[in-house]
Amino acid sequence: MPDIETRHPLTSSSSPQILGKLPREKAFYFFTSIGNYTGESAASLEEFLEKIKGVSIKSLEFHLYREDFEKWIAQTLEDKELAQEIQNLRSMNLTGDNLRDQLYLTVSKRYEKLKT
Amino acid sequence: MRVKGRATDLDGLDWKILQALQENARWTYTEIGRRLGVAHSTVYERIRRLEHHGVIKKYTTVVDFEKADLRQVTAIMTVFTDPKESENVAAKLSEFKEVLEVFTSLSEELLIIAKVVAEDPDKLHSFIAQSVAPLEGVLRIRTSIITRKYKEQNFMVKRS
Repeated sequence: MPDIETRHPLTSSSSPQILGKLPREKAFYFFTSIGNYTGESAASLEEFLEKIKGVSIKSLEFHLYREDFEKWIAQTLEDKELAQEIQNLRSMNLTGDNLRDQLYLTVSKRYEKLKT
Repeated sequence: MRVKGRATDLDGLDWKILQALQENARWTYTEIGRRLGVAHSTVYERIRRLEHHGVIKKYTTVVDFEKADLRQVTAIMTVFTDPKESENVAAKLSEFKEVLEVFTSLSEELLIIAKVVAEDPDKLHSFIAQSVAPLEGVLRIRTSIITRKYKEQNFMVKRS
C-alpha cells in the first residue's frame, strides 16, 4: 500500500497552519455509517482530539477503516506526519475502546509536540 | 375553472383532462376529446388555461433507469435542523442537483426529508458529508439507501 506522501503529495506545513481553525466546510464531520451524521464535527486538531474522546466507537471505526481520518489530516490539516501515524494505526486493525485509546494517544502526542 | 387566491377551482372536466394527461401526456387534443366525449377545441382551451394558471407545471418523461442501464443509488435523507435555520437548509438542499425532492415535516422535531441520488454509495456519502452536514443549522442526518422500489406513481387521486 502506498504511503500517505505518495498518495497525497504535500508540501511541508508549519505548526500554526496545522493547529489553525478551519472554516465550516473544511471541518471533519463524524458519521456512523454512510449518510448518517452524528451531529459532531471538528474544525481544528484540538477539536478533533476532544471529539475522539466522545464520539461513538462505531463512528471511529467507520472513519478509520474508510481512511477518512488520514485523508482529512493529510489534505485539509496538511499534517503528513500525523496522517502517516494514523495510517500505521489503521494497519493494526484495532477496534472498540482499544482503538479509541490508541487514536487519542497518537493524536494527543502529535498535538502536544506541535504546540511546543 | 375559477381562480381563488393561490388555488384554482377546477370542474369535473378539468379533472378528467388532468387525469388523461397524467396517463399519457402525448395524447392529442382529439384523442382526449374522444375519450371524454367533448370537442378537441374544448380540450385545447381547457389545457391552455390549466397551463396558464400553473395547474399544469410541466410535461416530463418517466425513465426506467434499470432499462437504461443507469446504475445509481437513491436514498431518503432525513435532516434534523435548528428550527431557526430549517427554511434556509431546505432552500439550500433544493439547489443541489443530487437532491430530487425536498419536504419539511413537523413530527416530534422539525425535519427535512429529501430524496437524493448519486452514482454509488461512496459518492452519496461524500455529497452528504461535504455539502449537507456543513450547512448552518444541520444538527444530524439519518440516511436510508433504497434497496428496492415497489411502486412509484405521481398520479392524483381521482375526484368523484
